[in-house]
Amino acid sequence: MFAFIIRRILQAVVVMLVISLMGFAIKNNIGDPVRDLVGERVTPAERAKMADDMGLNDPFLIQYLRFIGHAVKGDLGRSFLYNKPNLEVISQHAPATIELLMGTALIIVLISLPLGVQSALQPKSKLARFTMSFSTLGISMPVFLTAILLIYVFAVHLQILPSFGRGETVDLFGNGYWNTGFLTRDGLEHLILPCLSLSSIMLPLFIRLIRSEMMEVLETEYIKYAWAKGLSPARVWMVHAFKNTLLPVVTVFGVQMGITFAFTILTELVFQWQGMGFMFLEAVQRADISLLIAYLVVVASVFVLVNTVVDIVYGFINPTVRIVGTR
Amino acid sequence: MSHLLEVRDLEVKFALRSGDITAIDGIDFTLDQGERLGIVGESGAGKSVTGFSIINLISKPGFISRGSIYFEGNKISDYSDSQMRTIRGNRISMIFQDPMMTLNPVFTIGFQMIETLRAHKKISKSDARAIALEKLKKVQIPSPEERLDQYPHELSGGMRQRIIIAISLLVNPAIIIADEPTTALDVTIQAEIMDLLQQLCETEKMGLILITHDLGVVSQVTEKIAVMYAGKIIEFGPTDQVVHSPVHPYTTGLIGSIPGSTAPGEKLLQIPGMMPTLSNIPEGCAFNPRCDLCEPICTRKTPPLEKKQNGTMAACHIKD
Repeated sequence: MFAFIIRRILQAVVVMLVISLMGFAIKNNIGDPVRDLVGERVTPAERAKMADDMGLNDPFLIQYLRFIGHAVKGDLGRSFLYNKPNLEVISQHAPATIELLMGTALIIVLISLPLGVQSALQPKSKLARFTMSFSTLGISMPVFLTAILLIYVFAVHLQILPSFGRGETVDLFGNGYWNTGFLTRDGLEHLILPCLSLSSIMLPLFIRLIRSEMMEVLETEYIKYAWAKGLSPARVWMVHAFKNTLLPVVTVFGVQMGITFAFTILTELVFQWQGMGFMFLEAVQRADISLLIAYLVVVASVFVLVNTVVDIVYGFINPTVRIVGTR
Repeated sequence: MSHLLEVRDLEVKFALRSGDITAIDGIDFTLDQGERLGIVGESGAGKSVTGFSIINLISKPGFISRGSIYFEGNKISDYSDSQMRTIRGNRISMIFQDPMMTLNPVFTIGFQMIETLRAHKKISKSDARAIALEKLKKVQIPSPEERLDQYPHELSGGMRQRIIIAISLLVNPAIIIADEPTTALDVTIQAEIMDLLQQLCETEKMGLILITHDLGVVSQVTEKIAVMYAGKIIEFGPTDQVVHSPVHPYTTGLIGSIPGSTAPGEKLLQIPGMMPTLSNIPEGCAFNPRCDLCEPICTRKTPPLEKKQNGTMAACHIKD
């Protein structure tokens, strides 16, 4: 198991290096950092000297290595838009997005597991038929439309839920970095609509995935043998079938949460949610290349981290993976 | 009700879109305590369905459409699912064909043994583990303590089949139904597993229903044989008689096709043609299109299973 984890982490490092190279190549070729810093009024001679001082004329590889060296120390450059280090800007916006994702993951798990299992066990029941037709609708509806519909119904028409912002937040560590909406009633209410609309893409997918996996598992010989051992239906379904159903679902969950992360940009825009997606759109509008690259690197490392964790979790659930790793 | 297990006029159908198909067409047999019965036939003859119908675990859309099954004097064919669970794995155990597919890949051997015990007995986990260990020793598995914490994929096919036999011994079975228990194994392992099964049935006084297409295996292990063809028992009797003086032309053909039954270098006998599909069974005797002795009556009237001269029961108009 230990060897498996080490190997997985090494793979993650390699992926990160490739991504940082791509990010740096973009940064190196788009825009002019000297102009971003000093504007148009400085003479070409002074600009050339500044570029030299900043090391912009060094060979590509030297510049890249310097970039990596800084990145490892936690320095991803400065945003001229916010006039702060990029990492600080991102980490101030990250908690909002992370809480949005956590709420969404929670909704997906709490709804898709029971509904998926139920529709696998009783595929002809009314509830299962309803779930299936409703999930087709969910898959085919784009997020921004779901979001607008939710706002129209719950915020405008029924007026029971707020339609934008994060509401009342609590400073979690007292240093201004993590303002959480999970601790106040108002903050939680503000989370409901964004989380619902964000989960609307993945929820139908997961219900269907869990349903089809479970149905397949229920047909296997070892489930038939579990019945032949005289086990109760609860045990056959919830222990023997459920754990085998989870194997592929866990893997897909990791990948899909990454994609959901990408969808937060749309959701944050519709709900004026002050998270990383919102910050990204601002940076695009103002052409803050430095911040955009930093965003790219941070998002990529989150992807890689999530997938590594998922693979390790999968190793714990599926004993056959561990053997391969320890060989 | 003196028999341990009595199957009377059992009919099993599969509900398909095109209509019901009869997989088992009115079969009768009995099994006494400690008795070993072999059910033989080609693929699709209804052997496995017979085995599964005893513990009411026929795969959907199959169902018992007629007949009754008595076990220890109780009509278990009328049992509800929860009543049936007190029989399954407890009084009647099953051994499946492919040991690679039978154990759940994500749980340890110990887990799968202990849960079986605890489904049928109020017993602590540590006591259950002790019993599991004892049964693993009984099936002569090397280093049994280690096996308890291993996963199925860490064991060979032969070892897994030993573990499944150990699982079927866990509680107190009166009957073991073994559905082609050695088909998926190497030839050398096959003999070991069959020896083990036979020996355990003798020492524990368990009944055995051995479902197989291998007449050679059946003739070594069982006391009685039922030969099935197209959902019917067409010959039934003591193993010696059925193997050495078969009555039904189909049984004769089966025995003739075993390697070693003819002189070396001579061609093996072969039954021409194929077993009919269940939706398309010929009128009269189902075997008539493949039979050398076929007479006009064979295509009109289904022969009854009746006592023949050598003491076995057979369903044939022509032979006595």
